[in-house]
Amino acid sequence: MTQQPDSGGHFGPYGGRFVPEVLMAPIEELEHAYLEARSDPAFQAELAALLADYAGRPTPLYHARSLSERLGGAQIYLKREDLLHTGAHKINNSLGQALLARRMGKKRIIAETGAGQHGVATATVCALLGFECVVYMGEEDMRRQRLNVFRMRLLGAKVAAVSSGSRTLKDAISEAMRDWVANVGDTYYLLGSALGSHPYPMMVRDFQKIIGEEARGQILKSAGRLPDAIFACVGGGSNAIGIFHAFVPDAGVALIGVEAGGRGDAAGEHAARFRGGSPGVLQGAFSYLLQDEDGQVSSTHSVSAGLDYAMIGPEHAWLHDLSRAEYVAASDAEALAAAKLLSRTEGIIPALESAHAVAEAVKRAPASPGKIFLVNVSGRGDKDIDIYRENFKELDEA
Amino acid sequence: MTRIGQLFERLKRENRKGLIAYITAGDPHPDRTPSLVDALVRGGADLIELGVPFSDPVADGPVIQRAGDRAIAAGTNLARVLEIASKIRERSEVPLLLFTYLNPVLRYGLERLSRDAAKSGIDGCLLTDASVEEAEAYVGAMRAAGLDTIFLAAPTSTERRLKLVARYSSGFVYLVSRTGVTGEQASLSAAVGPLVQSVRAVTDLPLAVGFGVSKPGHVAELGRQVEAVVVGSAFMRIVESSAGAPELEGRLEAFARELKLGFGETA
Repeated sequence: MTQQPDSGGHFGPYGGRFVPEVLMAPIEELEHAYLEARSDPAFQAELAALLADYAGRPTPLYHARSLSERLGGAQIYLKREDLLHTGAHKINNSLGQALLARRMGKKRIIAETGAGQHGVATATVCALLGFECVVYMGEEDMRRQRLNVFRMRLLGAKVAAVSSGSRTLKDAISEAMRDWVANVGDTYYLLGSALGSHPYPMMVRDFQKIIGEEARGQILKSAGRLPDAIFACVGGGSNAIGIFHAFVPDAGVALIGVEAGGRGDAAGEHAARFRGGSPGVLQGAFSYLLQDEDGQVSSTHSVSAGLDYAMIGPEHAWLHDLSRAEYVAASDAEALAAAKLLSRTEGIIPALESAHAVAEAVKRAPASPGKIFLVNVSGRGDKDIDIYRENFKELDEA
Repeated sequence: MTRIGQLFERLKRENRKGLIAYITAGDPHPDRTPSLVDALVRGGADLIELGVPFSDPVADGPVIQRAGDRAIAAGTNLARVLEIASKIRERSEVPLLLFTYLNPVLRYGLERLSRDAAKSGIDGCLLTDASVEEAEAYVGAMRAAGLDTIFLAAPTSTERRLKLVARYSSGFVYLVSRTGVTGEQASLSAAVGPLVQSVRAVTDLPLAVGFGVSKPGHVAELGRQVEAVVVGSAFMRIVESSAGAPELEGRLEAFARELKLGFGETA
């Protein structure tokens, strides 16, 4: 099977370009500039140098012996994207796209953010490369991720509060798109996940596929063979597609995406698109979408802001339909418990998003002796300390 | 030919320009919309765009976003908008254009919509996020039911894109006055003139300009260049500020009449 979209940006039936006409020419310009940069060795060399010296690549692959022993089954390896500068995999993409923006002669970068990790990564690269930076963030997410809001401001970015709709990631993307429509001349929209109109899902995937390329070599070296299963959390799906990509041709490697199961199965209580979602169009792409019978986008819930989005990236929709990847959901409670377990057994406090991937691996490990599991720890938990405190009150009182 | 095509032929014959009025169907309530449309028509609106509210309207500014939120809260969906259209059609031959986003239409079903829309007296459809690249199935379904499909042309559109917009459009081509979302503004962008020229070079279809048109002065300025102008947010601001008061119809009618004066004619 091919891993490239067609010329219209379709992965099977999914993806495509569904944006107002005003944005079509800028999107074509972006696609053209990206394809040129992708095949330019000078661009790739500059990006590789920044990823190494500035972001801290390669990230380690760590054999979590203590966690594996506790679970008494599969051997669990962790891909430590949480050790990157700014604390999550998001910097891989922000660096790549900001270099592209510079190459295109743009002066101003806008971005959306949910958990704040993409906003922080973008504010960081804008400080580094000298761009004006505006980050759109839902008011509800600003409340739950206060630390990241301040971090972006300290880096010199403007954080624009979004008060429309559900005041979360979806509304931040709409507002960023409106800004882009109004400022197409000098502004670059640095989208943070493998979502939206073509070429974003392909481009973001390309900037994140280094995760899986590194991990594949690392696990062959340390375990002597490919893993049996890979676990990654899926909001839009950039860390997941990043670690999956290099393993898609390896038929023996199960690819497991973990969506946000939230508080339950009812509409509005979760963000598991393959549990009640159906194909639809939102913010530029055709993919699985949580929507009501009228085609209105449903509200979603997750304890983790970064997974709280109604649509999954189009390449995941395709991998799902091909049965090449499997998608499951972990609840808020399971993610919280997994975060605590990883903290206590390995001394690693994961981001709440990544804790969803850990949760599914934890669930399956005991019944999988002799198997090798690879879990993408996409980010670290510093930003989530307030939420962990709210949920582990007993620790504050101890 | 739909009522839209007939309208533009009549405008040409009578040597006058058209006023296209957008309203979000269902705001403040679906039962009220036919009476608001009556008022706009009395004020001189030549064509009505019925906005079908969508939860995530990326092409709309705050006024129409809020109108859509109110309409959804009042129970408006695509089926209800088609009922509204039927009611309007019982008493008026004003051309009706559905104006919305792709997702509610996909959910309803393309074939089903084209059939039901034609039956309800709808004349055409404009989907703001249906790019010409993705429009083939949609255009095929609508045309088969005898409905017009209208596409947007923007100041950023390349010549290649304008040709595709012209090819997929019927009835008229909708020119976006500026790079931005819907909403009122003080003066119109200088981009309109060159855009009108570029589109005329690729099509003989009538042209309408919208986005940011809110004053009789705009209407006067644009009326010299195109066959029709579209006003939306300025009407929806009146709907919002009147909050369902009995004088709402009167205010809409008066404002439509005032805009129409911009063309240098009385309604």
